[in-house]
Amino acid sequence: MAALVSVATTVGIVISLFVPAFQFFQEVPLTDFLFGTTWSPTFANPGFGVWPLVVGTLLITVIASIVALPLGLGSAVYLSEYAEDRVRRTLKPALEVLAGIPTVIYGFFALTLVTPLLRWLIPGDAEIPQIYNALSAGLVMGVMIIPTIASLSEDAMSAVPSGLRQGAFALGSNRRQVATRVVVPAALSGITAAFVLGISRAIGETMIVVMAAGLQPNTSWNPLEIHQTMTAFIASTAAGDIATGTTIYKTIFAVGALLFVMTFVMNMISIRLVRRYREVYE
Amino acid sequence: MSIPKNTPGPSSTSSVSTTGTRIRVHESLAGAMTESTPDLPVSVSVASSGANTGDDAGRAFESVITTRDLSVYYGSYQAVRHVDMNFGKNRITAMIGPSGCGKSTVLRCFNRMNDLIAGARVEGTITYHGQDVYAEEVDTIEVRRRVGMVFQKPNPFPKSIYDNIAYGPRVNGWKVSSMDDVVEEALTRAALWDEVKDKLKESALALSGGQQQRLCIARCIAVQPDVILMDEPCASLDPIATSKIEDLMRELADDYTIIIVTHNMQQAARVSDRTAFFTADVDDEGVRHGRLVEMDWTNKIFTNPSDPRTEGYISGRFG
Amino acid sequence: MTITAPPPPPSPATPAARPLLKATGEPLRERAFKWMLWFCMAVGLVTLVVLLVYVFIRGWGALDTRLVTNMPSSVLPATAGAQSAITGTLWLMVFTAIWAMPTGILAAIYLEEYGDPTRWYNRVIEINILNLAAVPSIVFGILGLAFISRGLGFGPTILTGSITLALLVLPIVVIASREAIRAVPQSIRAGSLALGATRWQTVYRQVLPAAIPGIATGAILALSRAIGEAAPLLMLGVSFVRFNPDGLMSTFTALPVQIYNWTTESRPEYTELAAAASVVLLVLLLAMNSVAIYIRNKTQRRW
Repeated sequence: MAALVSVATTVGIVISLFVPAFQFFQEVPLTDFLFGTTWSPTFANPGFGVWPLVVGTLLITVIASIVALPLGLGSAVYLSEYAEDRVRRTLKPALEVLAGIPTVIYGFFALTLVTPLLRWLIPGDAEIPQIYNALSAGLVMGVMIIPTIASLSEDAMSAVPSGLRQGAFALGSNRRQVATRVVVPAALSGITAAFVLGISRAIGETMIVVMAAGLQPNTSWNPLEIHQTMTAFIASTAAGDIATGTTIYKTIFAVGALLFVMTFVMNMISIRLVRRYREVYE
Repeated sequence: MSIPKNTPGPSSTSSVSTTGTRIRVHESLAGAMTESTPDLPVSVSVASSGANTGDDAGRAFESVITTRDLSVYYGSYQAVRHVDMNFGKNRITAMIGPSGCGKSTVLRCFNRMNDLIAGARVEGTITYHGQDVYAEEVDTIEVRRRVGMVFQKPNPFPKSIYDNIAYGPRVNGWKVSSMDDVVEEALTRAALWDEVKDKLKESALALSGGQQQRLCIARCIAVQPDVILMDEPCASLDPIATSKIEDLMRELADDYTIIIVTHNMQQAARVSDRTAFFTADVDDEGVRHGRLVEMDWTNKIFTNPSDPRTEGYISGRFG
Repeated sequence: MTITAPPPPPSPATPAARPLLKATGEPLRERAFKWMLWFCMAVGLVTLVVLLVYVFIRGWGALDTRLVTNMPSSVLPATAGAQSAITGTLWLMVFTAIWAMPTGILAAIYLEEYGDPTRWYNRVIEINILNLAAVPSIVFGILGLAFISRGLGFGPTILTGSITLALLVLPIVVIASREAIRAVPQSIRAGSLALGATRWQTVYRQVLPAAIPGIATGAILALSRAIGEAAPLLMLGVSFVRFNPDGLMSTFTALPVQIYNWTTESRPEYTELAAAASVVLLVLLLAMNSVAIYIRNKTQRRW
């Protein structure tokens, strides 16, 4: 009886896998076009090159990573190696709150505060960056992802046996050396897992980019301009009035399939890495 | 490996005449002996006469580490109280006793590892070559460099053998003309060089337990310590590995002062020059506190201990 | 402070002992490193505070009873409220819980108590759940859109929305429930079985009750995630609605969607409303999490 329930779960995944794929194959001729560079599916002469959307996704992901990876790892090292118990117990949950804030609100924040702030900060034309730009979205997304990276990294570092730390201290190391030369290298696979998971989240995030980065595909890598990511495209297209079965409708699934594959691969890598460090130390 | 130096070790007790009840003790010790030294130093009789500051073969007893009225607290819990000890230069001193008596706690004070435990506090004094180890101006890092430690469970870093040894010098900022030489020297002194010289770049975790422990000893030696603390170093090793390490200890004592905590009193009898016996008192509220019962030349402790509790432990009546 | 360079490569009897123990303050490099780490933590926390304060201040003007009593209006921001969004969110959460909880708990029970972890299909299920937990929410939106909204023709109703969200948070429920069940000591199970109870009885009467706090916390975690999701709902076609839901098949709007709508409105008055709605959403979240923390603290098990 209960087994059926879990089968239902599996079915859910299988379906979510097959549906995009199925629809996707209906566009077989478009598969080639998926490597084109113009994304204009609604134009009379439609372009189905998905590259601009990929650029948007990658650009924002990179910005988010530049923010989140160092800050996340730094926070984790602080929590794991420097903070006393009491401090850790207050700060760690506080950081988790960051992860719990709905992404709509982050999007609102990015559009209404961060973008004007950037405009004020960046010298020159008051119109730089554009109202919709990749930088605001990327920065805010980065902050949103910090807890993901910090949490998983800190778990990995906690799993490093205290015997290693003791041995290092006994040889005359100070805390920085123990953290950077012993603990972080020992926890490396877990930390990598954290990074990969964080990046995966960045790729799959929708609301922040819809609200702050805009809905216009752009192949330039300039973060101060408007960009549309894969997720933003999917969301805006579906929210519009598209008839079922049209090619445009199917683009949702094509892009969705690509998105799914990207995040799926990253998630599998992350799970594999976590398993590895768990095996070594437990 | 033969024992090179003159030691009034228990291996020679069999030649010392003893009165009736003690013979039992000696026979059990004799059974645990691995080798006997060819030299039966005359000094044995001096040692067994119980002189606390006696010496052997004319070597003066110089105390490297001394504790005076040492008590260690974890928070408000007094784990060990009122310990007075001295540890001789280039001697092997063993701390024995049943578990939970504070031996490891005291050991960890010598290199200030207890600092890492929140709430740990020390009262009384510990001096190292006459200097207070816990004084305000003392550089903990330097203390730990000079007073090295080997742990119960071997803890090599998940790096190559080479990097494990090189870690200490690197972390202390040493600029050495040839790190290779440092590594080789340390491994040689730890009696491990021949076994690993062809695989220095391989992971240290691939070594056997006994080899890992010798690696940890080599790692410790690489920073040129003065004293080496060993917290039950053979507890997780098989007998063959154990005897290798015991042989190694005797060699190392030529150059370093060694302090070892051990549960295995035969090991203490085999290896050490002096022995300290700990036990635990239970106070009125039922709380255990560790204390030092007696500390003396190993020979005396095992043949003619002053305290009946020591005698009880040695003869296996408890512990 | 520089670190002393010691004597050159070792000779056996080097007296490393004699020189004075030197005192050094914590060298600059160490302190700088520590500050850098503190900075890393601070950025996240400071941003959090800034965000919360900003949203609150920005929405201050619209934070009154109007918000709860009035319906959203795209014409008159002065009289707009968020009632349909609030009720929509509440309806949505109730049904999401109804779909997700039993399914998730049962699945967890199966995996923990009945499933043989060495069987390949069980391991596949496990990995699937882990993967599902990390799939972007918008993919769930695609799923809901294709199958339920369009496929079954239900359109953007409470039913569609709640099922989609339930699927989204199902992995969270399963994982949290598994943890809770796993935390129940074996001895309890053994004791029950030894008294002649069947497996199901053991689970139902002993394990589950013991695991309830953990499961409840997991449920709240799941709902906390669901309550803030906008992307899947947008995918389903949820948008502007000016009435409260009146049934499973009713169309609806929810707070996250409303916030999105108001943010994208060009008129600046709507920004205030968006901020106010955000505050409401945050307050709801805070309430839910406080309950979770309360439960967790109240039931610290003394195994």
